[in-house]
Amino acid sequence: MTKKILTVDDSRTMRDMLMLALSDAGYEVVQAEDGIDGLEALEREGADVVITDINMPRLDGFGFIEGVRANPAHRGLPVLVLTTESSAEKKARAKEAGATGWIVKPFDPVKLVDVVRRVSG
Amino acid sequence: MSADDPFEAIKQTFFLECEELLTDLEASVTALTFGDGDGETINAAFRAIHSIKGGAGAFGLEELVRFAHVFETYMDELRSGRKTCDDIAIRAMLHASDVLADHVSFARGLIPSMDEERSQTIANELRALMDGGGSVVPASTPDPNPAEDPIEAEFAFKPVMFDFGDAAVAPTESVPEAWIIQFKPHKRLYETGNEPALLLRELARLGPCEITLDTSGLSAFADLAEPEACLSWTIELDAPVELEAINEIFEFVEGECDLVILPKTGLLATVGETSEAEADIAALLAAATAPAPVLNTPVEAEVDIQALLAMATASFEPAPAATPAAQPKSTPPSAAAAKIIAPAGNTGPAVGAQASIRVDLDRIDKLINVVGELVIQQAMLAQSVAECGVTASSAVKVGLEDLEQLSREIQDSVMAIRAQPVKSVFQRMPRLVREVADMTGKHVRLITEGEGTEVDKTVVDRLAEPITHMIRNAIDHGLEDVDGRLAAGKPKEGIIRLAALHRSGRIVIEVSDDGRGINRERVRKIAVDRGLIAADANLSNEETDNLIFLPGFSTADTVSDISGRGVGMDVVRRSIQQLGGRISIASTPGKGSVFTMSLPLTLAVLDGMVVRAGGQTLLSPLSSIIESFTPKEGDLHRIGARDWVIRFRERFLPLIDTGRVLGFSPPDAPVINGRDGIAIVVENEGGSQVALWVDDIQGQRQVVIKSLETNYRKVDGISAATILGDGRVALILDIDALVVLGRQQANHSEFKIAS
Repeated sequence: MTKKILTVDDSRTMRDMLMLALSDAGYEVVQAEDGIDGLEALEREGADVVITDINMPRLDGFGFIEGVRANPAHRGLPVLVLTTESSAEKKARAKEAGATGWIVKPFDPVKLVDVVRRVSG
Repeated sequence: MSADDPFEAIKQTFFLECEELLTDLEASVTALTFGDGDGETINAAFRAIHSIKGGAGAFGLEELVRFAHVFETYMDELRSGRKTCDDIAIRAMLHASDVLADHVSFARGLIPSMDEERSQTIANELRALMDGGGSVVPASTPDPNPAEDPIEAEFAFKPVMFDFGDAAVAPTESVPEAWIIQFKPHKRLYETGNEPALLLRELARLGPCEITLDTSGLSAFADLAEPEACLSWTIELDAPVELEAINEIFEFVEGECDLVILPKTGLLATVGETSEAEADIAALLAAATAPAPVLNTPVEAEVDIQALLAMATASFEPAPAATPAAQPKSTPPSAAAAKIIAPAGNTGPAVGAQASIRVDLDRIDKLINVVGELVIQQAMLAQSVAECGVTASSAVKVGLEDLEQLSREIQDSVMAIRAQPVKSVFQRMPRLVREVADMTGKHVRLITEGEGTEVDKTVVDRLAEPITHMIRNAIDHGLEDVDGRLAAGKPKEGIIRLAALHRSGRIVIEVSDDGRGINRERVRKIAVDRGLIAADANLSNEETDNLIFLPGFSTADTVSDISGRGVGMDVVRRSIQQLGGRISIASTPGKGSVFTMSLPLTLAVLDGMVVRAGGQTLLSPLSSIIESFTPKEGDLHRIGARDWVIRFRERFLPLIDTGRVLGFSPPDAPVINGRDGIAIVVENEGGSQVALWVDDIQGQRQVVIKSLETNYRKVDGISAATILGDGRVALILDIDALVVLGRQQANHSEFKIAS
């Protein structure tokens, strides 16, 4: 079955880039524009993997991940954060919020798909 | 650019998004300037810069990324409160926003070159602000040395070398033949959505693995009251791979597991000791990936190793299942899994919750065109029906009226699609005001109103130039300098107000200042000196003020570099008239001036006067018409063989025989005073007035403009065509071209007389 990936990013450019890379790799992509939108989309559509930006209006990536994990049904859901900050601090905060892993922007589409495969099988 | 290249398409999206982000940034910084900002404002500014940087990185726009990075880092300092957002900070942000916008424009190819020096100066300024002030320089501050490339460190994807606790890995010169990896996940590893089975599979991709499972951590099943991670694995990787390759696999689970990675040497014995239960890799993977439902295995059932393994891996499962032993059988199978899958089966469209869509402008224009045809067709049908003698109460007639109503509604709705708020133009102005204020040393505050006022996209695009010009002019000529203002008892900060509003089917843009107002005596003197008016001309205040729109008029004693590079307000007037608009000024000495321009809401329809000349139906744009009248005896005067002037308000205006100039009237047609006609006084874009001689005026009408050039070819004196309600094609007069044409023909005839 085609795996469904939810991408949460306020930047249209980034959403398009993710869409291009992931749909090329055969994934079904669902898009959301911020954390709140993302939580709603997850409840409505479900997902096998979630990729989220950190800096977003309304609800940022950390808050979004905490929201995802707060639902017992999504405790084991792989959630990757997109970050330009390769600083250990950002990753640690993402981890603390419950992120599975991270993707460093700008991403190489091959690398992106590789990471998605790594966390989702 | 190829439309087929999705990457290129995304790049274009990126630039469009940059425009929006820069607008947001400008708005945030402007809010901060006026003290309206708070933490969220700084946050929003940070996000905008961050998004630009993120996208720019993806497209390899290094210069842009480099600058955005410095700017972003500075904003992060402000956001975190490590630096105070004071006047100096805001000033730096303003400059940095401008440079960032330039970088985007340059990357987009909109400007030919980038002022690298300025970019470097501003970047250094930001760095100095971050380093300065004696505050603690935080760790995230990039190296202030611009020679070093902070991007390299930021963006290169480097697998991190982890130091896993006490079991430090001795640096090895050569790659070992094989590795021993001891891996014990913590509960947290499962909670973050990581999966041992997948990690093991990744390891297996590196080379042949011998995986040993240690279940000694498992308690008796009944004791599993709290979900805990109980399993650990020992992996013998029989492949000469780099340590980094292994580290990369475990990159995400640092701190969520005990991990020991050792080159396979004599240590093997000590590590291998703990593993007792053995299983092959297939069984392990199967068990580890087994879904949650296995949880529901009744407690009474014989507990086999498979179930235990599954239990262990699934121990991160929800709280309700936290005491599986206490509630046997009652849980329906795979309830949790079903909850996730059920909505997934819903194959609705991809969500974006987007309230807008992007449509190619061509498609909209095509739609507008077709709707225009529809309106014309409907009008023609109505006329035919009327000619058939159908009564007003008949069903046909009533139906036609409804159709007409609907056609108008469709037309309005379609026009509304092209309508855009003037915001995009207005938001470019704060930067302009800053720059001009800096150059003139004046203190200026810009207030904008009615940014949401909508007007046709073409009009919006062409508004920027006249508004820019008017604002420059208002700051440069309108506002006094600081000393002048204080002497006049005004606050030292001058105010420029830019407002947009709808008024009687047109958009009105006002640019006002609270400066010194027009110096009428000086304006009059200049106009007289330059021969624009007679020395004894009797002008009203309004007429005097409007002299500044005359070509060749410039009130600045020296030609200022700011407000016009030698061109005056006549250029502004011309560009507005090209849009079918008008401009006027109202000024109060000592209090300031208000420039008001009024423009049509769209360039797709036109208000015009239907006239007949030389047997043809023509349309004169209403915006150029001053007045029309039937000349009395003695108003017409002949000059030379066939040129005429007409008396209008105690002046003589050249009279253009429209039919003859356009070649509709035969050369032997009777001359003007030999036939009845009407004079229409029009003003061309240069502000000079002429009178058009036509046979008849048929009324005023709004028409859909059809390009003559795309459908036929360019015709001198004609700007476009339209189709009237009765199906007749009417040509729309190009007043400017007509005036030129009339003059040429006059010259030509004079030449003939002379020879």
